[in-house]
Amino acid sequence: MKKNRTRVAIVGASETSSVGHLPNYSMLQLHAEAAQLALADAGLTFDDVDGLATAGATPAQLTEYFNIMPHWIDGTSVGGGSFLMHVSHAVAAIQAGYCNVVLVTHGESGRSRIGINASSYSPSTIAGQFELPYGVWGPPSMFSIPIVRHMHEYGTTEEQLASVAVATRKWANLNPRAMMRDLISVDDVLNSRLIAWPLHLLNCCLVTDGGGALVLVSEEIAHEFTKDPIWVLGQGETTTHTNISMMEDMSKWAAAKQTGADAFSMAELTHDDIQHAMLYDAFTHVPIYALEGLGFVNPGEGGPYFAEGHTAPGGNFPINTNGGGLSYTHTGMYGMFAIQESVTQLRGEAEQRQVDDLEISMVHAPAGMFSGTATLILGNK
Amino acid sequence: MIYTKPIPKATPETQEFWEGLRRRELRIQYCNECLRYYFYPRPFCPFRGCRSQNVTWETVSGFAKLYSYVISHRGFGGFEDDIPYVIAVVELNEGPRMMTNIINVDPEPKNLIPDMPLEIVFDDITEEVTLPKFQPMSE
Repeated sequence: MKKNRTRVAIVGASETSSVGHLPNYSMLQLHAEAAQLALADAGLTFDDVDGLATAGATPAQLTEYFNIMPHWIDGTSVGGGSFLMHVSHAVAAIQAGYCNVVLVTHGESGRSRIGINASSYSPSTIAGQFELPYGVWGPPSMFSIPIVRHMHEYGTTEEQLASVAVATRKWANLNPRAMMRDLISVDDVLNSRLIAWPLHLLNCCLVTDGGGALVLVSEEIAHEFTKDPIWVLGQGETTTHTNISMMEDMSKWAAAKQTGADAFSMAELTHDDIQHAMLYDAFTHVPIYALEGLGFVNPGEGGPYFAEGHTAPGGNFPINTNGGGLSYTHTGMYGMFAIQESVTQLRGEAEQRQVDDLEISMVHAPAGMFSGTATLILGNK
Repeated sequence: MIYTKPIPKATPETQEFWEGLRRRELRIQYCNECLRYYFYPRPFCPFRGCRSQNVTWETVSGFAKLYSYVISHRGFGGFEDDIPYVIAVVELNEGPRMMTNIINVDPEPKNLIPDMPLEIVFDDITEEVTLPKFQPMSE
């Protein structure tokens, strides 16, 4: 953060009491439960909230459901990384004096689809004219299209893609809340049924119900709460396109490179300072692109890096330590859970999967399908 | 037979593209300032550093190469009986890329090598609408 600005911290954080299959919760209930638990985590209630940010649901839906009238709202809704952007925007809003206590909420009935907002497409949109007529049917058929180009340019293999799922499952095995905990092999992934080659079922994230929320305040009051503050040290965000066919270079994630550089610059940190990372894993190739785009490895080295076990328990760079979207939970906009895990780790509350002596963690998530990204650097000092 | 898949609907800036396909012409836009083709249609050159509004419609070759793709093993909204089918992004010989289907090929990775040459197939999906699809270049 720039020296002359107040620092902003996460002082409340919680997921819904459970995640996975929650047929007794509507989307709004998931938001509310996560919000109340995160506020309680900080010793606060809805009556203390004067800033609200959310995605999926609209701020108007939530102010009505919560019965609050905040002084600042943010409804940025650009996919799974939206909540990282909300954290960035909350920092700026608090620094600007627009509000003092920001609540960021996520709730999604992705599996049970209870009380969800309807979605539809128009045949005259760009997607309706230039993508949907060719039979794309959801993220597994679109987010996946760049993979073959990566394989062609760098020699990335199906086995390396599978190894991302294998490494991530090892973390899920240590997380009692994870939906999928049994250890798997590369062959298990390659033998699971084909969804959209090169994606097999086990290359794809889960589809679950759940929610999470965060409470942010300025450093002037950050030490007045129950838990030690987790500081927002750096951020970057962008969007570049919305239709996957318009991705400028399918072998690399230009947006990740930019938002990573922005976050490092703001935090005045370098790659060597990052001890733990949450790299949104909607599919096995996405953390490979992120690792390369963020500059932790060179282009083409991401697949081998995962295959060599560096990111798994016992490795030198723990990544996706909750078990990720692949094995822990994935409601649809998973970014909130990536932030939650970084906070949990930085608080030293990750139990069996705790990363030792952790001070600085990175969270990275896409806006849509390679459509942009957001990066956060969080720290506990 | 009723066509149950999504049917594109033209907008003012894309109408020439869709009308061209009915005439068996692939029509895309060309920037007269930076001398590059671009896609999808819009009333200005999208290239960074240019953004000229001096653009014209041109008929291009219909030849392309395979940029990237998936082989979908699931299908919805009219595609149920097509699986497995190829959803691809191709790079036209004139430069721009577009999404399409690769047809008239056994949908196996060994038959779909990145950068392989392709040629356009005009697929009349309804009386009014033609889709630009691609197939491996004939010998």
